[in-house]
Amino acid sequence: MGQIEWAMWANEQALASGLILITGGIVATAGQFTQWYFGAYSIAAGVFVCLLEYPRGKRAKGSTMERCGQRYMTAVVKLFGPLTRNYYIRAVLHLLLSVPAGFLLATILGTACLAIASGIYLLAAVRGEQWTPIEPASPREGGMAGRAHHQHRPSNPPPRPPAEARKKARATAGGSPRAAPRPTRVPVTDEVV
Amino acid sequence: MGNWVVNHWFSALFLAVWLGLNVFLFVDAFLKYEKADKYFYTREILGPSLACARASALCLNFNSMLILLPVCRNLLSFLRGTCSFCSRTLRKQLDHNLTFHKLVAYMICLHTAIHIIAHLFNFHRYSRTRQATDGSLASILSGLSHGEKEGGSWLNPIQSPDMTVEYVTFTSIAGLTGVIMTIALILMVTSATKFMRRSYFEVFWYTHHLFVFYILGLAIHGIGGIVRGQTEESMNENHPHECAESFQKWDDHDSHCRSPQFEGHPPESWKWILAPVILYIFERILRFYRSQQKVVITKVVMHPSKVLELQMNKRGFSMEVGQYIFVNCPSISLLEWHPFTLTSAPEEDFFSIHVRAAGDWTENLIRAFEQQDSSIPRIEVDGPFGTVSEDVFQYEVAMLVGAGIGVTPFASILKSIWYKFQHGDHDLKTQKIYFYWICRETGAFSWFNDLLTSLEQEMEELGKVGFLNYRLFLTGWDSNIAGHAALNFDKATDIVTGLKQKTSFGRPMWDNEFSTIATSHPKSVVGVFLCGPQTLAKSLRKCCHRYSSLDPRKVQFYFNKENF
Repeated sequence: MGQIEWAMWANEQALASGLILITGGIVATAGQFTQWYFGAYSIAAGVFVCLLEYPRGKRAKGSTMERCGQRYMTAVVKLFGPLTRNYYIRAVLHLLLSVPAGFLLATILGTACLAIASGIYLLAAVRGEQWTPIEPASPREGGMAGRAHHQHRPSNPPPRPPAEARKKARATAGGSPRAAPRPTRVPVTDEVV
Repeated sequence: MGNWVVNHWFSALFLAVWLGLNVFLFVDAFLKYEKADKYFYTREILGPSLACARASALCLNFNSMLILLPVCRNLLSFLRGTCSFCSRTLRKQLDHNLTFHKLVAYMICLHTAIHIIAHLFNFHRYSRTRQATDGSLASILSGLSHGEKEGGSWLNPIQSPDMTVEYVTFTSIAGLTGVIMTIALILMVTSATKFMRRSYFEVFWYTHHLFVFYILGLAIHGIGGIVRGQTEESMNENHPHECAESFQKWDDHDSHCRSPQFEGHPPESWKWILAPVILYIFERILRFYRSQQKVVITKVVMHPSKVLELQMNKRGFSMEVGQYIFVNCPSISLLEWHPFTLTSAPEEDFFSIHVRAAGDWTENLIRAFEQQDSSIPRIEVDGPFGTVSEDVFQYEVAMLVGAGIGVTPFASILKSIWYKFQHGDHDLKTQKIYFYWICRETGAFSWFNDLLTSLEQEMEELGKVGFLNYRLFLTGWDSNIAGHAALNFDKATDIVTGLKQKTSFGRPMWDNEFSTIATSHPKSVVGVFLCGPQTLAKSLRKCCHRYSSLDPRKVQFYFNKENF
């Protein structure tokens, strides 16, 4: 269990809690249940939590799957700097947000789920995790895969045999111009897709 | 579109039947609670949310019954084995067990949402009519025999006007189990998203065991009998159609209507889930029993690119080509079981797996075996379990595509072919095999170098050079490797692998491959087997559809994918 980034699970849990808060809030408000104003609060809190949690943070190890269209929210969340980077703050924030929704039965499920998410964030914070934004894709460097040219067409011309082989080929072919004298035995098949 | 139907008709039919049953059960229960006289007075208070809650409850029972079945892999293997006379299409369905499990889970989530929302309205209405003092029928019904709760004929579970719905929720069995079940369900779902499963498998594996709370909660959820309908004898004394209007005069000595009596019905969820739970318990016992059998490790080989080969022996173990086992190493983690394809052939006297370092557990395993001084860690094995690779020999022509470590099931198949030819077994249905191995690094080739070399030799000796047609693709090439290859082009053997077959660089062009095969085998059924990433599966599936002819007598490509 050594390499688990708890913040990733906390993020999924918090996003789900946000949706549950919104749903419970809508039910309470639309049904005009007693103390339905807690339902209205729940909708607002749910929307806020969803927006905050939508951009997934970058994993410390390995590549991270971005959520669809998350870079807009990433830009906003990034602005708050340490407030959103630090998971202790998020844990406390979620705990506080979940409390008022606990007064209404329709939203109490949201409270429980958000409180659990808050607990997992606390665990993540204790283990020193941080929220890092996923930057837009930059050209990868380093590693064998990085040097591979299978992402784009090779910029170098195809490799040629050493000078002696070239001279020999030129001699047998009766002196062809300098443009890449490929020996006929080497058909260049481009397998790169 | 036509090709899709031909390849997937059974799945589509199966799903249509499942959805149809869901719809049928929902509508049936909904109408029952909306129309029956027995619930007339209940509806008076609750309205249509009663029927909604009951209908979704029935669907929840149905789906909870189904959800445990696809994950009983021993049962599925058994079905697969006994159904060897069944058509290929039926057995292929068993490979989609995980997909079905997920679909049923989504349906459970949907119905849970409907059920909870409906009950929120129910509780709200019960509470409101409890507090109402307007003398309406609803408020009179709410106040019925609230004094004697034990065995009484009450209708409204909220006993007094100051009791809040939250109190009732957390003090009734139904409410409490409902909350526990839902939280367990939510935690299971959030840790089971694709991202979580691929990145942090252990979190998914352990959290998913919360299903025990879900099942236990479901079994006792209905014990309280909160959903009340009128009793039979009460219907004789007070039929709603006759007496509902005159509710102010019930129990008056001159009226022939008495107060209605209500009863809850006994819980029925347990009836739905009992059989699957027993099957699943049996499945777990079987897994445990098989895991306790002693596994002897006969050989450990460390390959480059951090790949570990383990050759083992276990009493009573017998396998088919391309099956997989679950492996547990108690010294690394007591409870985790990880799946690995068997890379040995059934004809050998040991079984082997190749493990690549891909996460916590696998890296720890490799490290544990790398240490020379300490003793070899104990291994437990459960399986083998069958997958589509068993079907390879059912096809006249087979295309095997393995990406990276995904070549493992095909290693087993190729080895088996080697042995079959050794023993002179010539009545194989398979006439030709096209094998594609796509790899990123050159070190990876060394795993099966020996195998491919000896296969090359054997084919030559037997004069069956045309039987096995294999191509290796190196996708992680750079100009150094390419330059080296061009320089040595006229050498007889490949510089990367030492095999007679030259390594190609880059990815295969599938359109070319498929059209070549379609032209060379115009009347055959070609099985396409893939063990690799999803993107590759998409391209291959598309090609299968495109190059299968609509005429069932001409060339047909059937796509089969390994999934873990």
